[in-house]
Amino acid sequence: MAKMIGAKILVESLIREKVEVIFGISGGAILPVFDVLYDAPIRFILTRHEQGAAHMADGYARATGRVGVCMATSGPGATNLTTGIATAHMDSIPIVAITGQVPTYLVGNDAFQEADVTGITRPITKHNFLVKDVKDLARTVKEAFHIASTGRPGPVLIDLPKDVQIKETEAEFPREVEIRGYKPTYFGHPGQIKKAVQMISKATRPVIYAGGGVIISGASKELIQLVEKTSIPVATTLMALGAFPENSPLSLGMLGMHGTEYANYAIMDCDLIIAIGARFDDRVTGSLDKFAPEAKIIHIDIDPSAIAKNVQVDIPIVGDVKNVLRELNKIVKKPAISGWLKQIGEWKKNHPLTYKRNGKLKPQYVVEKIYEVTKGEAIIATEVGQNQMWAAQYYQYTKPRTFLSSGGLGTMGYGFPASIGAKVGCPDRMVFDIAGDGSFQMNIQELATCVHNKIPVKVAIMNNGYLGLVRQWQELFYKKRYSAVSLAGNPDFVKVAEAYGAVGIKVEKEEEVVPALKKAISIDKPVVLDFLIEPEENVFPMVPAGAPLTEMLRGLA
Amino acid sequence: MKHIINVLVENKPGVLARISGLFSARGFNIESLAVGETENPDTSRMTLVVEGDDRILEQVTKQLHKLIDVIKVADFVGEKPITRELLLVKVSLTKGTKPQILQIVNSFPEARIADVGEKTITIEIVGEEDRIKTILDLLRPLGLKTLSRTGRIALPRGSK
Repeated sequence: MAKMIGAKILVESLIREKVEVIFGISGGAILPVFDVLYDAPIRFILTRHEQGAAHMADGYARATGRVGVCMATSGPGATNLTTGIATAHMDSIPIVAITGQVPTYLVGNDAFQEADVTGITRPITKHNFLVKDVKDLARTVKEAFHIASTGRPGPVLIDLPKDVQIKETEAEFPREVEIRGYKPTYFGHPGQIKKAVQMISKATRPVIYAGGGVIISGASKELIQLVEKTSIPVATTLMALGAFPENSPLSLGMLGMHGTEYANYAIMDCDLIIAIGARFDDRVTGSLDKFAPEAKIIHIDIDPSAIAKNVQVDIPIVGDVKNVLRELNKIVKKPAISGWLKQIGEWKKNHPLTYKRNGKLKPQYVVEKIYEVTKGEAIIATEVGQNQMWAAQYYQYTKPRTFLSSGGLGTMGYGFPASIGAKVGCPDRMVFDIAGDGSFQMNIQELATCVHNKIPVKVAIMNNGYLGLVRQWQELFYKKRYSAVSLAGNPDFVKVAEAYGAVGIKVEKEEEVVPALKKAISIDKPVVLDFLIEPEENVFPMVPAGAPLTEMLRGLA
Repeated sequence: MKHIINVLVENKPGVLARISGLFSARGFNIESLAVGETENPDTSRMTLVVEGDDRILEQVTKQLHKLIDVIKVADFVGEKPITRELLLVKVSLTKGTKPQILQIVNSFPEARIADVGEKTITIEIVGEEDRIKTILDLLRPLGLKTLSRTGRIALPRGSK
């Protein structure tokens, strides 16, 4: 067995995990690793801020289904990663973050660029490691990738002191890991599945409530089969957009705070909810006391702690969604629900998702045109706020891993770096970031990263000069007292794009939208499209926070 | 309701912080916590006593189970496990109180004298919660000066 230094063992381990790209920034406490990376067969993408690196690893993971890797130095490098790590944690995204640390003999001494990184990231990682002995390193990396990518996935951080990076040892790379406290349940209990089949067969007004777990588990095909066998309509969460084709007549689109009226009516009026890989988040349920009063609930999830957390469940099924649906599909029986489907058809007809055209540039129109011009084939990343909701509502998602958005944490600044990570992982796909002028500026520095690395993502800024969703809340709930939401002082985004070496296009009128989009797609470079939309356009429908889902505010009433 | 929760964990640094973090993040006070190696030196057993809403504690128990370093979780809800706690109690010693203190110590098999000084006597008490409470109630009026307790440990009854 060859002797190797810690840094070499780390990089060797990453190669064995088939890591093809790392996003990050170097620094003093991780120099030995970068020295080994210098001639390693792994692409390194130098970002301009560590937050960008974490979101890129996350976007890469969401788009490809593989583990994303980011790297930073100790102290500020590591603390800058934390927003990205927390984002991945809330949405169960597998990333491995590797941070340099001050040498073990200085840990705890307030050394230069020291921070207690395992302490800081404990509540925002699935697990983390401080490697104090180089002999533990290879096994730790193996465990980190295993933990990140299995069960309910999530971010794992490895904190690696500098002296461990240069310490030599006989390198032994384990093929398998056995962690006695970590044994996810992958197969649903057959008795529970049988009970679910019975409950489904007796339902008269059932709804499937599909969450991000369907995408993570790779269970879209099984979900479609379940719907083909039962004709039960499907409402998806923000995280599940694309898990079920939205062009299917049985799709209800998104439910919840900014969901479709018919999805919310259906879930509130149903007698059975089949929750699949979802967690009854407050943005989905509205007022819990008044949520779906007549519904029995079947809840399928790999994470037992997600079940019965917010609502009482009649039939819990712990297991991997794909496995459980496979077993369920073998024996499920079609319920008699023609009356229910007729009712839903009426809701759909009478309360469609719509907005008012008035000749001004509407963000919903822009998103619709992005859908048309990309033929629905693009990967869409979003920022957070109004842009995110319009992107969710007006682009029809038909395939999993095509909508990348910070659902749980709601991180502004997520979309642009995530789109870069997605494009790196899927270079043949068209990738758009649907952005707001506020969010885009939170990681605008990554323009340098994508220009320099020739990563031709397209950014579509819904520029309204406001922190738009906050302004909307202030308009509706704070008597239009617009406190600190104006983004007066915004730069000229076209010039900013050009300064970085990207292409900028300003769009002010409806008729310019399609030509601008076509032009952006035809250019093999990063393009920033600055859509000057109607400043006070709102996202509707909207359920006020804490209200029941039936109390929707409508823009057109 | 008061819950006694046993958690079997990897005997590693950082595990205690992960576990206490789940309680502190919800603003729950851990009433007592006792940790020690088990029959296997790679494994530690923690016994936590926590007061809180049953549903939230059920959720915390599930989340404890999710921690990678946690091997097993048992909440003794609805059961009466064997529990013990060790206390050291310093009581003021005067001519007048000495006979009373000795009488209390002699009447309870849970109590014995650990140390005698000029002005204080230190009593060690090992037992179950209600017996400990009775002894402390008797000692308190005699001048209870310092109290140190380990927190409860628990195991299920019988061969479980």
